[in-house]
Amino acid sequence: MLDKNQLLRFTTAGSVDDGKSTLIGRLLYDSKSIFEDQLQAIENTSKKKGHDGVDLALFTDGLRDEREQGITIDVAYRYFTTPKRKFIIADTPGHIQYTRNMVTGASTANAAIILVDARHGVIEQTKRHSFIASLLQIPHVIVCINKMDLVDYAEESYNRVIDQFEEFSSKMLVKDVRFIPISALNGDNVVNRSENMDWYQGAPLLHTLETMHISSDINKVDTRFPVQTVLRPQSDEHRDYRGYAGRVASGIIRVGDEITALPSGFTSKIKSIDTFDKTLEEAYAPMSVSITLEDDIDIGRGDMIVRTKNQPETSQDIEVMLCWLNNSPAKPRAKYTIKHTSNDQKAMIKEVIYKYDINTLDRNKVDKDLKMNDISKVKIRTTKPLMVDPYRENRTTGSIILIDDATNETVAAGMII
Amino acid sequence: MRKYYLNYLDELESEAIFVLREVWAQFDNPVILFSGGKDSIVVAHLAKKAFYPSKIPFPLMHVDTGHNFPETIKFRDDTIKELGVQLIVGSVQESIDQGRVAEEQGKNATRNALQITTLLDAIEYNKIDCAIGGGRRDEEKARAKERFFSHRDDFGQWDPKNQRPELWNIFNGKHFEGEHFRAFPISNWTEMDVWNYIKRENIAIPSLYFAHEREVVWRQESWIPNSEYLVLEDHEEIVTKKIRFRTLGDITITGGIESDADTLEKIADEVSGMRKTERGNRSDDKRSESAMEDRKRQGYF
Repeated sequence: MLDKNQLLRFTTAGSVDDGKSTLIGRLLYDSKSIFEDQLQAIENTSKKKGHDGVDLALFTDGLRDEREQGITIDVAYRYFTTPKRKFIIADTPGHIQYTRNMVTGASTANAAIILVDARHGVIEQTKRHSFIASLLQIPHVIVCINKMDLVDYAEESYNRVIDQFEEFSSKMLVKDVRFIPISALNGDNVVNRSENMDWYQGAPLLHTLETMHISSDINKVDTRFPVQTVLRPQSDEHRDYRGYAGRVASGIIRVGDEITALPSGFTSKIKSIDTFDKTLEEAYAPMSVSITLEDDIDIGRGDMIVRTKNQPETSQDIEVMLCWLNNSPAKPRAKYTIKHTSNDQKAMIKEVIYKYDINTLDRNKVDKDLKMNDISKVKIRTTKPLMVDPYRENRTTGSIILIDDATNETVAAGMII
Repeated sequence: MRKYYLNYLDELESEAIFVLREVWAQFDNPVILFSGGKDSIVVAHLAKKAFYPSKIPFPLMHVDTGHNFPETIKFRDDTIKELGVQLIVGSVQESIDQGRVAEEQGKNATRNALQITTLLDAIEYNKIDCAIGGGRRDEEKARAKERFFSHRDDFGQWDPKNQRPELWNIFNGKHFEGEHFRAFPISNWTEMDVWNYIKRENIAIPSLYFAHEREVVWRQESWIPNSEYLVLEDHEEIVTKKIRFRTLGDITITGGIESDADTLEKIADEVSGMRKTERGNRSDDKRSESAMEDRKRQGYF
């Protein structure tokens, strides 16, 4: 592979019948990412189950319970590589009870593939998936109109879905939407261009994924460097070294930049940007580096180094779009541990402003219980200030999770408004 | 104009370094599980980078089945010396001698499953709260569901249906006394990525990965090396072949492939043309469709 090849993470959401597993199987199979012994295993299972031919969908089965029940329960990650890019698929179940898994898969994705059955058009599930994609600010959405073979590859079916989609998505914040007519079962417009749909002038799915411009997806403007840990080597050679280790969350850091350490407010200048291999003149997201400063100031894990001229908001009160992930509902005014970048604090959900009905996208201001899979707008107060940016501008400094101290489980994920 | 994006290997490296630093920041007593195989070698290399100019601030731990390739043990000891870190050894032979586990019987008996007890005992004895492993999600279908930070209960068990959701890059390593975590910094790497990275970084690996002449026997579709533990069946015969290993496990169960690849370039080329998964040569995974899931639930790597 070439040195400039990038990594693209995408998510696919779908339920049992919409052909999601077949599509993933097709992408892996046609890009020669399925190995012979894996194919052999699928062939054996297909035969055992009495299926005609090889059921590509079986490739995505993971845990024993999933194989037995024929459903996806959890997020599974799949990998394939083409001469142009490396791909990571977050394969998530699409049923309403698994909204939390869809949110999880969407949280790191550059792109979302939303499958629509050409026969049925846009249905509630399509709206749910699109809503989650917009909520999690996935930069690119690809609507695949699948099963075109079952509607005689008719352009009208394709156009109908586009009209339906554009009508309901006008309220959402999706930056880049594309539509591709496919048949995952037969391979039309997945890897290879379809010979059955001359009327479609666009690129097949894989080509779209390979060429989509993703370098601009990361915020290059607002410099944010959450400190993970401090490196103080106990060796004669590096006796005075004090490096702040972390991964650039956004923006570009240059040697000589005037910086402020938050929350203390102390200022200094970047003295060096170090890695094992070399010292750098500049670093950008998502690079892991170690930074040294001109002045000896007190900085530790949970602090954030930012450019003095461009600072995040520092606040103990944040408004958050919160997705509840746990079986036990939120307890009113209970305390949770909040994690935001490398910072841990205690926090309390002070108020539920409204809850979304995830199927109609209506706002419910009466029922305010936070139960598993609920998505709600809430106010949170923390014991100490957090350094935050709005999620739509910064996925790293705009996201939080809540942990229940009684169980240590991750109970909620939030996007700062 | 200057480019401001990373290529895929740099992005994977940066992600792994981020995970390793999170482990160090969130746990009191982590270790790297080091088998001398290529994946754990890459993890140790990444740890060296993550904490530079400091040394790796935690020990390496080896679960020693006693059925090793001699080359692997030498490589392990050389690595410890080079990195200047402590080595902790959990010995399966000791577990057997103490009656904690019993040797498997029968023709395909291995010590693979016995490692679980030794590993969990070593974790408990050394009060380890996070064991960092080289597991990758592309290896096997149960591993495809793993988190970067994976919780183990106080019996060391994994509950795949009840895992903590892991969003963005926020990792929740909170745990109660007696529980521990497994962390997988190279979760998102594939076998090919590992080889491309080893090649790019010119990382030293055991000679077993390079094609060499060796006495072997054909068993379960691969070349099993001759060793003092090998019990020949009537119809089997020992031959000398030019082979190399794609993965390294116990000498009793790790099958080699016929190959002429004796440089990193040739290995990377060969792997990119492979049509079988690397674990296809591991008889421990061939026992049933959920062999890996079952072992992982009990506390396997």
